[in-house]
Amino acid sequence: MGLQAMTYFVVGLTFAIYIGIAVWARAGSTSEFYSAGGNVGPVVNGMAIGADWMSAASFISMAGLIANMGYGGGLFLMGWTGGYVLLAMLLAPYLRKFGKFTVPSFVSARYYSKGASLVAVLCLLAASLTYIIGQMTGVGVAFSRFLGVSNAMGIYIGMGIVFLYAVFGGMKGITYTQVAQYCVLILAYTVPAIFISMQLTGNPLPQLGLGSGFVGTDMSLLGKLDMVVTDLGFGKYTTQVPGSLLNMFVYTVSLMIGTAGLPHVIMRFFTVATVKDARYSAGYALIFIALLYTTAPAVAAMARLNLHATVNKAVMQADGDVFATENSIVYETRPDWMKRWEVTGLLKFKDLNGDGRIQYYNGKSKNAEFLAKVEAAGWKGSELSVNRDIMVLANPEIALLPNWVIALVAAGGLAAALSTAAGLLLAISSAISHDLFKGIWFPEMSEQKELLAGKVAMACSIVVAGYLGLNPPGFAAGTVAIAFGLAASSIFPCLMMGIFSKTMNKQGAIAGMLSGLGITMLYVFAHKGIFFIKGTEFLGLFGGKSSFFFGISPNAFGAIGAIVNFAVAFAVKNMTPPVPEEIAQMVEDVRIPRGSKAVDGAH
Amino acid sequence: MSTDNSSKAYWKDTIALVRNMLIIWFAVSYGAGILFAGALNSISIGGYPLGFWFAQQGSIYIFIALIFYYARAMGKLDEKYDVHED
Repeated sequence: MGLQAMTYFVVGLTFAIYIGIAVWARAGSTSEFYSAGGNVGPVVNGMAIGADWMSAASFISMAGLIANMGYGGGLFLMGWTGGYVLLAMLLAPYLRKFGKFTVPSFVSARYYSKGASLVAVLCLLAASLTYIIGQMTGVGVAFSRFLGVSNAMGIYIGMGIVFLYAVFGGMKGITYTQVAQYCVLILAYTVPAIFISMQLTGNPLPQLGLGSGFVGTDMSLLGKLDMVVTDLGFGKYTTQVPGSLLNMFVYTVSLMIGTAGLPHVIMRFFTVATVKDARYSAGYALIFIALLYTTAPAVAAMARLNLHATVNKAVMQADGDVFATENSIVYETRPDWMKRWEVTGLLKFKDLNGDGRIQYYNGKSKNAEFLAKVEAAGWKGSELSVNRDIMVLANPEIALLPNWVIALVAAGGLAAALSTAAGLLLAISSAISHDLFKGIWFPEMSEQKELLAGKVAMACSIVVAGYLGLNPPGFAAGTVAIAFGLAASSIFPCLMMGIFSKTMNKQGAIAGMLSGLGITMLYVFAHKGIFFIKGTEFLGLFGGKSSFFFGISPNAFGAIGAIVNFAVAFAVKNMTPPVPEEIAQMVEDVRIPRGSKAVDGAH
Repeated sequence: MSTDNSSKAYWKDTIALVRNMLIIWFAVSYGAGILFAGALNSISIGGYPLGFWFAQQGSIYIFIALIFYYARAMGKLDEKYDVHED
């Protein structure tokens, strides 16, 4: 079977499975729609959280990011896993005991205020909508690259599939589809990694291969990589840091508490039967996530080494000179996979010195000694630009793996994007139907009507998400920054104080959320423009220097927002009336597991 | 009154457990993985520089162990103070 036919077959098969599950798992009640009936086992829930969590960004982009950043890329690995420790110990069991469908419902009851609930709904919608744009564009890219259909057509097909199982199945349909999607995506990620680890190190486990020796030499893989990248003027792979150590520290904190504050993840803990299961399902979730997250750094390092080895023959020689003319490969003799990816524009070659060979090195290096060598070799700038997504997408082709592996990667990318999109859509539609319609505007609404409202809200959200995916607004590139910044600076502190402080009142919580959010957005907008509109950056107000606050990059600022949130909340609390007695009692209740019941929608 | 005291003690033990877990959580990721990674890199474990290993592999394994240890220990606390679910 040809590659194209094989890809259609594998992707078609996985879609048939998703639709089959949708038919089997239709939701008949609000409880099934919002929380899958509240009786999902911890292992199944863990797997669903894994699929929910690992988005197009984790699957397609993360390894490429790490490949470029080296050691500093560890901030994504630690940040996006360490948040589960916080979830398991600080939030999940208590929110499960509280027993409501959504995050804003908890905020509404704990802070005895519809205003607080409204602020929480707004934070949730902003975080989830920005996050979903990335998923939809991911679906479009995967379809257009692997299935040869247009980007727009890919997004329509993706919307149709999600519509089927999310609108009819609600949380129940989504949960069981996510289990299937997890299996597809993890196979698609690990199979090529195992092959490549085998080729480069002789060790089939990528997690061990990354630490092993490089075949045919007496060097370790990482030692070899360090040598190659420093020879080519890049930072040393195993020690390179983004900005400063402080920036890396704060960035990691932001990602961790942002993870713990993302509503579509928190919501998954309402689907298990008991508080005990909520604790364990965080653990199982992290095992399933770790399978990909511990493989990713190996994929990153190996793909980076493979790429350099492809264009510079000195890499594979014992004492090769990377500057020797004959070691840079001749453009006309480049391998076929490079030709295929040049068509997509993700790989670009520009012969700056006109010698017909590819020179790929750090063209931005400021090291005088290195620049002298570059000058002597007659190099006129780095001639290859490599999109980071190639590291995962082209991996099987670079390693000359069989067609079915390439087809599997396509199906895996789609599974990762669709499963995360579905989880986000559920968080969005439940906030609209449950917290806005039922909670604030029409408290008398019947369950049947609420279920219908939920489904209509879901359908509308899919259309909005599809529209945003087709016409990504200028801020698409900044979406991750906003989603994590929002969750870290508003939702996480608000929930923490709701559980661990018996005295936090509604004035404190609202003031905290708004100021945490405000300062984070202010910092992000100062760098990237007001609502990411080009030309409206206002760094000039702060001296005109990028990352002006102790060198902290805008993406890393959520942690500072969270500190502001806590500080403002406690200051305002001390100036305003104390919490009512029954709320303090409620917090006591939430802290012990005894008496947990199935989650419900009562307000 | 006795229930009140026991629920206070339960909460105190819970907080102590979580605090200990988070100390380890902090030590492996922010400590070994970031602040002291440079110093630890002179030690090698299975071919990895140790600081690099903590940042890209080790912390994740330890996070998993922490959550399961916590879930088990909380189960025991629930039984001890008789606040477990049926």
